[in-house]
Amino acid sequence: MRRVVVTGLGVVSPVGTGVKKFWENLTKGVSGIDRIRRFDPDQFNLSVKIGGEVKDFDDSKYFEPKEAKRVSDFVKFALACAYEAIEDANLKKFDPYRVGVIVGTGIGGLRDIEEQKEVLEKRGARRVSPFFIPYGISNMASGLIALRFGFKGPNYCVVSACATGNHAIGDGFRLIQKGDIDVAIVGGTESAITPLGVAGFASMKALSTRNEEPKKASRPFDKDRDGFVMGEGAGILVLEELNHALRRGAKIYCELVGYGATDDAYHITAPCADGEGAYMCMKLALEDGKVKPEEVDYINAHGTSTPLNDKIETLAIKKLFKDHAYKLKISSNKSMIGHLLGAAGAVEAVATVKTIETGVIPPTINLENPDPECDLDYVPNEAVKYPVRVALSNSFGFGGTNACLVFRKMKD
Amino acid sequence: MLEEKVYQIISDQLGVEKDKLSPDKKLIEDLGADSLDVVELIMAFEEEFGVEIPDEDAEKIQTVGDIIAYLKEKVGE
Repeated sequence: MRRVVVTGLGVVSPVGTGVKKFWENLTKGVSGIDRIRRFDPDQFNLSVKIGGEVKDFDDSKYFEPKEAKRVSDFVKFALACAYEAIEDANLKKFDPYRVGVIVGTGIGGLRDIEEQKEVLEKRGARRVSPFFIPYGISNMASGLIALRFGFKGPNYCVVSACATGNHAIGDGFRLIQKGDIDVAIVGGTESAITPLGVAGFASMKALSTRNEEPKKASRPFDKDRDGFVMGEGAGILVLEELNHALRRGAKIYCELVGYGATDDAYHITAPCADGEGAYMCMKLALEDGKVKPEEVDYINAHGTSTPLNDKIETLAIKKLFKDHAYKLKISSNKSMIGHLLGAAGAVEAVATVKTIETGVIPPTINLENPDPECDLDYVPNEAVKYPVRVALSNSFGFGGTNACLVFRKMKD
Repeated sequence: MLEEKVYQIISDQLGVEKDKLSPDKKLIEDLGADSLDVVELIMAFEEEFGVEIPDEDAEKIQTVGDIIAYLKEKVGE
């Protein structure tokens, strides 16, 4: 089987645009959660008024003004990440049919749907934008990246709720392994902090209502956690066949060695109580990567800050790793950036790769009073220096879907 | 007056500088519009001038001059 390495990274996140700023803030324990600014939550009587919005994004770098007005934010975020990742990978010469693009989104152009529905009702069908469908459909992030860079290989969008990012990365990994393509631009993107998006998740009672203390609202594994906080942004990785990367002298961050995917087949939104689905997913990913549980140094947890997820993810980790579960490090990026839904897995994969590169594990912030049922080492509140050779990144989504990736430091 | 408004709308919608516009310029060939741009442009004229431009009329419009002539007749200037 052909080997796959990571050669480029790009991020747009609530703690900063660009990998450098993202990583600095993440390792400093900075929270990107604030009161929602793009619209007034009180206007809609929303019980949830907080989110992790992207605050420093300048679309004029990537779009002419006329295009900028039309393109959905989730597409813009993905495109910006692609520019950063492809420049980082220094990918200049390539066989266009050997480069694929798989960028997913959980929800897609929700803001456009809301805006155009209003146009339809108030001004009639003849005023609905002709760009609403093309720029609102979920695969347009992948489509626009191909168009800008001339990548002519397989191109599509994965949609699997909060596991989207990991599935997209996993698919690109398999296509390279099998030999269909040599390079895959993979990741996830999301911009669903809209009145309807917040209202929908709030109705499920899935979100934290700690509106008065936004920066303390996302608190994975803490006993006072009360739900997740919506975030937005995107993450893109350049995956490349090992020899393809070596031949062109590319900088190699690490190797992607394993991918596992399962489903709970249990409930539309709740994880199965014994953690079986998450356990099997991690187990299959380790087997796929020929990695023994004791070799794992770090898990970038799904860690949503919902009462159920954090407890059950912990249970699944203990079931798989047994005694080693208490030795390995675990942390949740969502404590700082919130839950980026379809982009979560991708942004967290970028963080996991940076952890392997730098030997620094970003903390789980707001872990003040650990839940007795969450009794592992979640790297509370401050980053730690720790040599990480093998790292897992978990993502689980509504529909019972689970996906896990295994990254490994290259052997010298 | 009407010409000035038409030029402004085309300039905004297509991102073309106003001094590059003239009645003989073709929307698609010369100004780089695609079929979706033209739909949006027609909508903008309808909004600005308070008229309805049926699809069969819109299909005949090819140049900046066509738009000006059509709107003059429609608005009765």
